Amino acid sequence: MSVLVYTESENGKFKKSAFEVASYAKAVADQLGSSVTAISFNTENNDELGAYGVSKVLNVTDDKLATFNALAYANSIEQAAKSESTQVIIVSSSTNSKFLAPILAAKLKAGYVPNVVAAPESTSPFTVKRTAFSNKGFAHTEITTETKIIGVSNNAFGVKENQTTAAVETFNAELNDTDFAVKSIEIDKVAGQVSIADADIVVSGGRGLKGPENWGMIEHLAEVLGAATACSKPVSDMGWRPHGEHVGQTGKPVASNLYIAIGISGAIQHLAGVSASKTKVVINSDPEAPFFKAADYGIVGDAFEVVPKLIEKLKEFKAQNA
Amino acid sequence: MKILVCISNVPDTTSKINFTDGDTKFDTNGVQFVINPNDEFGLTRAMWFKEKQGATVHIATVGEASVEPTMRKALAIGADEAIRVNAAPTDGFFVAEQLANIIKDGAYDLVVAGRESIDYNGGMVPGILATLLGMNFVNSCISLEVEGATATAIREIDGGKETVQTSLPLVIGGQKGLVQESDLKIPNMRGIMMARKKTLNVVEPIDATVATKDAKFDKPVAKGAVKLVNSADELVDLLHNEAKVI
Repeated sequence: MSVLVYTESENGKFKKSAFEVASYAKAVADQLGSSVTAISFNTENNDELGAYGVSKVLNVTDDKLATFNALAYANSIEQAAKSESTQVIIVSSSTNSKFLAPILAAKLKAGYVPNVVAAPESTSPFTVKRTAFSNKGFAHTEITTETKIIGVSNNAFGVKENQTTAAVETFNAELNDTDFAVKSIEIDKVAGQVSIADADIVVSGGRGLKGPENWGMIEHLAEVLGAATACSKPVSDMGWRPHGEHVGQTGKPVASNLYIAIGISGAIQHLAGVSASKTKVVINSDPEAPFFKAADYGIVGDAFEVVPKLIEKLKEFKAQNA
Repeated sequence: MKILVCISNVPDTTSKINFTDGDTKFDTNGVQFVINPNDEFGLTRAMWFKEKQGATVHIATVGEASVEPTMRKALAIGADEAIRVNAAPTDGFFVAEQLANIIKDGAYDLVVAGRESIDYNGGMVPGILATLLGMNFVNSCISLEVEGATATAIREIDGGKETVQTSLPLVIGGQKGLVQESDLKIPNMRGIMMARKKTLNVVEPIDATVATKDAKFDKPVAKGAVKLVNSADELVDLLHNEAKVI
């Protein structure tokens, strides 16, 4: 009756979030007096998970599952959950996990709680703390079903080492053609670019940048920091940047360690989307911009002067601390 | 093509959030309710199918009578008929089972729901619904085309997008991108007048699963005052030595 964790990967390698959800699963297993079993798809170094408290890995090796497929993955996890008699399943808050978790919930008749920010507050009743109202509030949610699915918010719990030895087993679920009724035709992803969901640092630009032609310095700053780039709603609405970069209540939520907002005044919807970020820096020429009330650090100044200087200083800092 | 758009009645995005009854309930006092933005993108795309491909568009909401103004707005935008399941939407599982019960009898080819509602952010209704009904499902949908019984959708993935193909009947979890923000319709007077005459069916709920219960709410702890700095040098120093984020 272990805790089952779905560890996401890309091109055979675990994503950082896999180690975070494994760490979370270990904390839950400790509370329940149980152990952690991971399910991974076509991954190579499965024993890596042992460092985060996973004692058993069910490794699915199936070429048909080389590309994420929500229904086929959910069916595989369902079968793993049954074979392990699992009552608690842990997933991440990635777009893919949020795609498969509700399917899994319906199949297992399990209560699913996404956006969970801390280890369970109690296991009887089973209560977790999650964000709600687009990060404007928290809910303490009880899961009342026997099987429970928890979606851990990115960067909320952190990666915690907990050395054990992971026994790796091959696991192959029975899948039918109907599980592949939604077929992937094309994946369009810029190689090497950090995605907002995975990023430790996000550099975001707003209307204050005056036009898409000025985004070079945002990208340059992001490159120096190893950060993802993002933008405010008006910027994506005007087509200066792609929709996928829009951060806010109706766009993407950001839960990075550092969020740098440049030329963004800080509408309530934008602040909701970034409030889960740990440290917020705002650069804006308007000292009355609402974002200053929500930020940790601020510079009142013209972005076109401040950002190049910041890039220069960060380069010096990196050279000294390399 | 017969389309059902699932509409959630949510606080306007500018709403300040407060709780009442010992922090166990959302305080609706002074809050303006609107169509959930993710649903509104889907509704507008459904109107496109109505105009270009002759689709019929129904809407459905699980909620008490107080949600009817939001439903009338969706009818004023152009939906043909509405169904209200007369129950307070307690959790995502419950809502999905209520909607599934309507859909199984309605012979819908396409069910459009928002990726998540912007209030409780459960994000589970479209996926549970699709699974209960055995319909194909695409989440985080940012584009949808239907030709005959074949649907081609683009969904957002972390750091990019994926084009997928599947067949009807289909459930999608939609979001911004399904239509442009500028394509969202504001109901005009004619639409509002016509909406008054459109059918709004009220059906009683079925017994359904309640899988989760929000026992209590709270708000993030207020932040201390911002630390204003004058130079990039100082900022880099604080980010390294104080915040320890670089």
